[in-house]
Amino acid sequence: MAFRITVNGKPHLVDAASDTPLLYVLRNDLGLSGPKFGCGLGQCGACAAIVGGKLVRTCSITVRDVGKDPVITLEGLGTSQKLHPLQKAFIDEQAAQCGYCSSGIIMAAKALLDRNRKPTSEDIKNALADQLCRCGAHNRIVRAVQRAAAEIAG
Amino acid sequence: MTARDLSRRRFTQSLGVVIATFAWPCRSGFGQAPGNLPFSLRNNRRLEGWIRLDPDGTVMVFTGKAELGQGILTALAQIAAEELDVELQKVRVISADTSRGPDEQYTYGSQSIEQSGSAIRAASAEARGLLLAAAARQFEVRIEDLKTRNGTIAAPDGKQATFWEIAKTDPDLLRRDIAATTAPKKASDYSVVGRSINRIDLPGKLTGAPSFVQDMRLPGMVFARVVRPPRYGAKLVSLDEAALRSTPGVVAVVRDGNFLAVAAKREEQAIAARDALASRAHWSDDYVRLPDFANLQSELRAFRAETTVVGASGQSEPVPEQAQRVSAEYTRSYLSHGSIGPACAVAWLKDGRMTVWSHTQGAFPLRGDLAQVLGMEKSQVDVIHVPGAGCYGHNGADDAALDAALVARAVAGAPVKLQWMRDDEFAWAPFGPGMAMKVEAALAPNGMIVDWSYDVWSNSHAMRPGQPGGVNLLAAWDLKTPFAKSSIPHIPQPFGDGDRNAPPPYELPRKEIRNHLLLDTPLRNGSFRSLGAHGNVFAIECFMDELANVAGSDPVAFRLAHLKDPRARAVLQAVAEKAGWAAGQRGDGRRGRGMAYSRYKNIGMYAAVVVDVEVDRETGIVRVPRVVVAADVGRVINPDGAKNQIEGGILQAVSVTLKEQVVFDRKEVTSREWSAYPILTFPEAPSVELVLMDRGDPSLGAGEGSLPPTSAALANAFAHATGRRIRELPFTPERVKASLS
Repeated sequence: MAFRITVNGKPHLVDAASDTPLLYVLRNDLGLSGPKFGCGLGQCGACAAIVGGKLVRTCSITVRDVGKDPVITLEGLGTSQKLHPLQKAFIDEQAAQCGYCSSGIIMAAKALLDRNRKPTSEDIKNALADQLCRCGAHNRIVRAVQRAAAEIAG
Repeated sequence: MTARDLSRRRFTQSLGVVIATFAWPCRSGFGQAPGNLPFSLRNNRRLEGWIRLDPDGTVMVFTGKAELGQGILTALAQIAAEELDVELQKVRVISADTSRGPDEQYTYGSQSIEQSGSAIRAASAEARGLLLAAAARQFEVRIEDLKTRNGTIAAPDGKQATFWEIAKTDPDLLRRDIAATTAPKKASDYSVVGRSINRIDLPGKLTGAPSFVQDMRLPGMVFARVVRPPRYGAKLVSLDEAALRSTPGVVAVVRDGNFLAVAAKREEQAIAARDALASRAHWSDDYVRLPDFANLQSELRAFRAETTVVGASGQSEPVPEQAQRVSAEYTRSYLSHGSIGPACAVAWLKDGRMTVWSHTQGAFPLRGDLAQVLGMEKSQVDVIHVPGAGCYGHNGADDAALDAALVARAVAGAPVKLQWMRDDEFAWAPFGPGMAMKVEAALAPNGMIVDWSYDVWSNSHAMRPGQPGGVNLLAAWDLKTPFAKSSIPHIPQPFGDGDRNAPPPYELPRKEIRNHLLLDTPLRNGSFRSLGAHGNVFAIECFMDELANVAGSDPVAFRLAHLKDPRARAVLQAVAEKAGWAAGQRGDGRRGRGMAYSRYKNIGMYAAVVVDVEVDRETGIVRVPRVVVAADVGRVINPDGAKNQIEGGILQAVSVTLKEQVVFDRKEVTSREWSAYPILTFPEAPSVELVLMDRGDPSLGAGEGSLPPTSAALANAFAHATGRRIRELPFTPERVKASLS
């Protein structure tokens, strides 16, 4: 079946079964590497993206259910030449080890900053409570989100 | 150009897929190297096997070590840039690759800086020396009069040439055996080593560039999944392949004995086909009887065992009669790696060659095991390291590599990307084995330990591929004609296996340490960060606090009284000062503080840790607000990189100590998703303050040493807070409540 979805500001026509999880459409049809497969159960957050303004586990939403909601992935935030403040802050704080969970965490942080421009470290920790990081970069990540918030606020 | 084409192209460029098959000059044979050569150079003598000036104006540096998320490629690039006098951004480090890189066996044991770093330092110094000598001939000046900077050699008269220009005049200049006669720089001249350079791989990973094996996309690639048995020991009796009639896209079903896998055109099709096969496959009721989860101490000690004394001294010394004897038993649970991305590999059988891209820790050893199982020559198989999600030891990477290769054989010509599902990872990857420890000591009236007796019971933590006597790959044991597991290794001290760090670091007049290497392996055993050091340091350091308590001593003072090594004493004193340690403070039933010390492998990094806890007596939940650590890792290549590793080890240790245990009944592993194997979350993460000691050569390794003492310090903090001692990991709320009732 063909579906029209808008990802990172661009319309795409995707030919996939209607119950295909959005994750595989993003990764394999659109060639995006930001969202990662972590558990397929909506538990770890590695696949998180923003759909219709909300943080969504892309392993747990079908391409059919995306409808007209715009999808934003890590690639939609910035590029290596023009980094988003969150990406820049994650580099400045060296807020990663393996980097596999980073995409989902940055998207969760983006969703937080979209609704709360001046989060406390408690706010950040709570907003990331369902995003798993196994390498133990938690404190660096919290600092990076604070740094990005400060930069966005100017 | 579509996004997909673009990313494929970017990936191809960044990972060298296109050039993966070019022939690399053969390496020298064994046994020719002088004994003073760095370890990794001894079997990899060719200079061009380590350093190559690329015509595009960059330097290619080859390592046999793998980027596991620890930032090793950045640190190695710093070492090369430093010794060569080349800008860091011109250095490209190529991770482990059997088609073109040096064989450095495994990336493990916190030894990459020590081994690969030393080799690259020597090779880079030699390359720079050769370039200088060639330039001196060209300019007709003395070598001493030449200066190197940013890849350019300048003579006093203003003549200058870049390394690449000089190498052009003599293409064989860097093609030779390494003599290791060129002295590396003095540490006082370092300008790149010792600086907190940003990780070279992070910008890509943080902007969505294809960076992981999971992100590989090759033309015509198909997607594969495995269908594992429901439990250890179950055999595939029958399979109703009609189950696949309603699942589109299936390209191949691979069945060989108890190994079952499926490939499909699209990833979600492969997953649907896996589910369909799993529901229609009939497995036998066979199972491997698992130990009683609730009684690991006695269960492990009932396994068949091979006992050796791994350390003894002073046995002829008499123990004073008035000495007080104290003993205790400790237990550690089986641990899962819990990597966020399940194991994955890409395999491609093309023109009689099998190429496997894998996040393995040992590309060369894996190649050997793969070749055996596939019935191919080693020279027909290549393993190329590509990063996966965080790696904390021997996880499912190697197994997924064989899984992918077996499927690739069935769809010859097409590349296969095979990724495990979450339950494959939790149920089938090797575990850090459960451990039982028993310590007995005698305290003299003056508060000094006069006797020490220690036992540890554990399976081997070292069952990686590439060991003699068999094959250590999951699918190999399931084939119709199965391969035997390799024999259990015997790793001597000070490295050890389950007995790593079993010898205590303290000055003791009389001691005996016994290792009971368990031979029954009902649950799959492997390496998890720090191997047996985690359980042993947990036991030794908890027991030191118990002894200090009996002796009426302060835990820091009690340890210092038994430690001579000035670097050990220094980290203890530094952590006590940084944490504001005050002797004689009592816990208030809810809040407390504990400390622990260890030197990893007794030859690696020193770490002393102070942990604060808050115990909720009603819920049994233990919170850790703050951890302070003092670490001495010797020569630091990248301070922030070392710091990241040390912090990560501490947070992982807090997770392991409070939450983690593989759960099983008598027949099968039942913790197969995150809710059954919870790990530390953001709201639970403690702050970490680090004192990184300023020391010189050699580098002692930073990857693992902070983890073992953190578990013990946390346990000691709990005992300090509550007056109750828990000797079993993890500190689940149920266990905490039981101890307080």
